[in-house]
Amino acid sequence: MSVQLWTYIFVFLSFGLYIGIAIWSRADSTDEFYVAGGGVPPLANGLATAADWMSAASFISMTGLISFLGRDGAFYLMGWTGGYVLLALLLAPYLRKFGKFTVPDFIGDRYYSRTARLVAVFCAIVVSFVYVCGQMQGAGIVFSRFLEVDITTGVIIGMAIVFFYAVLGGMKGITYTQVAQYCVLIFAFMVPAIFISILMTGQAIPQVGFGSELTEAFGGGYLLDRLDGLGQDLGFAAYTEGQRSTQDVFFITAALMFGTAGLPHVIIRFFTVPNVRDARKSAGYALVFIAILYTTAPAVAAFARTNLINTVSNAQYTEMPEWFSKWEKTNLIVFEDKNNDGLIQYVGDPDANELSVNRDIMVLANPEIAGLPNWVVALVAAGALAAALSTAAGLLLVISTSVAHDLLKRTFMPSISDKQELRYARISIFFAVLVAGYFGINPPAYVAQVVAFAFGLAAASFFPAIVLGIFHKRMNKEGAITGMVVGFSFTAAYIIYFRFLNPSADNAENWLFGISPEGIGTMGTILNLVSAYGVSMFTKDAPMEVQEIVENIRLPGEVKTIAS
Amino acid sequence: MPSQHAKDYWKSNLRIVLSLLSIWFFISFGCGILFVDALDTIRFGGFKLGFWIAQQGSIFVFVILTLVYIYLMDKLDQRYAAAIDKDNNASAGESK
Repeated sequence: MSVQLWTYIFVFLSFGLYIGIAIWSRADSTDEFYVAGGGVPPLANGLATAADWMSAASFISMTGLISFLGRDGAFYLMGWTGGYVLLALLLAPYLRKFGKFTVPDFIGDRYYSRTARLVAVFCAIVVSFVYVCGQMQGAGIVFSRFLEVDITTGVIIGMAIVFFYAVLGGMKGITYTQVAQYCVLIFAFMVPAIFISILMTGQAIPQVGFGSELTEAFGGGYLLDRLDGLGQDLGFAAYTEGQRSTQDVFFITAALMFGTAGLPHVIIRFFTVPNVRDARKSAGYALVFIAILYTTAPAVAAFARTNLINTVSNAQYTEMPEWFSKWEKTNLIVFEDKNNDGLIQYVGDPDANELSVNRDIMVLANPEIAGLPNWVVALVAAGALAAALSTAAGLLLVISTSVAHDLLKRTFMPSISDKQELRYARISIFFAVLVAGYFGINPPAYVAQVVAFAFGLAAASFFPAIVLGIFHKRMNKEGAITGMVVGFSFTAAYIIYFRFLNPSADNAENWLFGISPEGIGTMGTILNLVSAYGVSMFTKDAPMEVQEIVENIRLPGEVKTIAS
Repeated sequence: MPSQHAKDYWKSNLRIVLSLLSIWFFISFGCGILFVDALDTIRFGGFKLGFWIAQQGSIFVFVILTLVYIYLMDKLDQRYAAAIDKDNNASAGESK
């Protein structure tokens, strides 16, 4: 059977499964729609969190980026897992104990202020939109390559599916589809990884194969040594050595960590479990499930890089396998025979290099490059779609709760009934889907880069406000609002300046302290903390009743929901 | 005002969080970024140590830290839950 037929089968089966789950788990109340009734078992929540978290960026983009970045790619690996430690230790248990629906809910109540709530709503919506664009773009790439429809049609199909189960099931539907999506995506990621590891090193565990010797067919020697050598022969940097400055890697890693801990769609997952103990447990499960993919990814990156160089370097263009021309059609691989010798020169020197490969295709093309069976190739497409759609659904829910709950119910239309609020939540998902679809069709940059900006913004706005809200009980609204506004505006301005207004200046010489726009979120976080603390010193302490609430969320025991 | 038990509980909680986070910082930002070149001089199997920590080892440590946190907090909760509950009931009685 052809790859395309297999892809149709897998995509059809998995989409059928998601829709089935959505119908089974329809939400009837706002409680179910926002937080799945607060009754999700910790294991299921761990799986759902992992799927919610691992997006098209983790599944499709990250491995490809690492395989071109080499050692520096560690900032994605450490940043996107290390942030979970912060989330599990500093936020999840306390936010669960606080017992609310959304992140702006926490900010608004903890800082006893409508302004604080509105600032938080604004940040949550911007962050989620930036992030959801990356997902839709990822889904578009998969559809256009594997189902051979154009990107626009691909994005529309993806949107229709997400729209269906997010609108019907709300958080409840999303949670249980995410459980299924985790299983699909991890299977789809691991099967080709194991295949390739056995093929290249004879080791069934990719994490071990990463540090093993290559088989005879691949020329022997340790994989990483071989990769260093191959790269250097062609004028690329050595794979296991860093290229970026230490402070830049440091700041990017920190921005991704703080951002992970501040992302509203991840945080709200911890509102869905029954109690504090389960919140801690499900954070643990989630990290275990995430680590399975994240420890495999660097191994796959090294395999893919070796394979790519072996296959294309100095090869006859006319004898390239079928996958090459298929990716050429999507313009994600571009070959330009500069010296007209009919061979592909893939080298580090930009003047002599004839081949450009889009980072986003590495995971998708990898099984084909390694010549794996057709069903494995097709499986990857289904996995990538599961990753993109599960995250998109979680983000759309944040947007809809921010609008229906925080903006309408809690701020402008407090008298609406539960039923009306539910209707507004569904309507806002509809509009969010349309906007996300537009950006999916007209995307701004590489999937993982778009997503990295969302992290910077989340880091600079939410993370300090929430941590201070829990660990500094006298922190007041003046401080928190100043901090969020300062952190968010600084980070957004820096990114917009270097990426959109003046891209030609986007290099280490012009950066503030040599920190790239990806890492500037850390600076935003620090500015947020400092200005929040500074302002709070000169203004009134938080009122006693708020301080008592903070005392209460620090105690063990059952959740006591605070009357709003 | 929080009772003495509640204060002790919070203090132990902070101690657990801070010690785990210092390991977290040392492994990721320390070994994975700041000292990575020095550690790269040590090799095991096909890996340079610094490279391995940056790309894989740190993630294993993160998982272990989170699991240790769950275990320690469960134990701490068990030790204090009853006492704090009693304090709360007592103070609720006084204020009546």
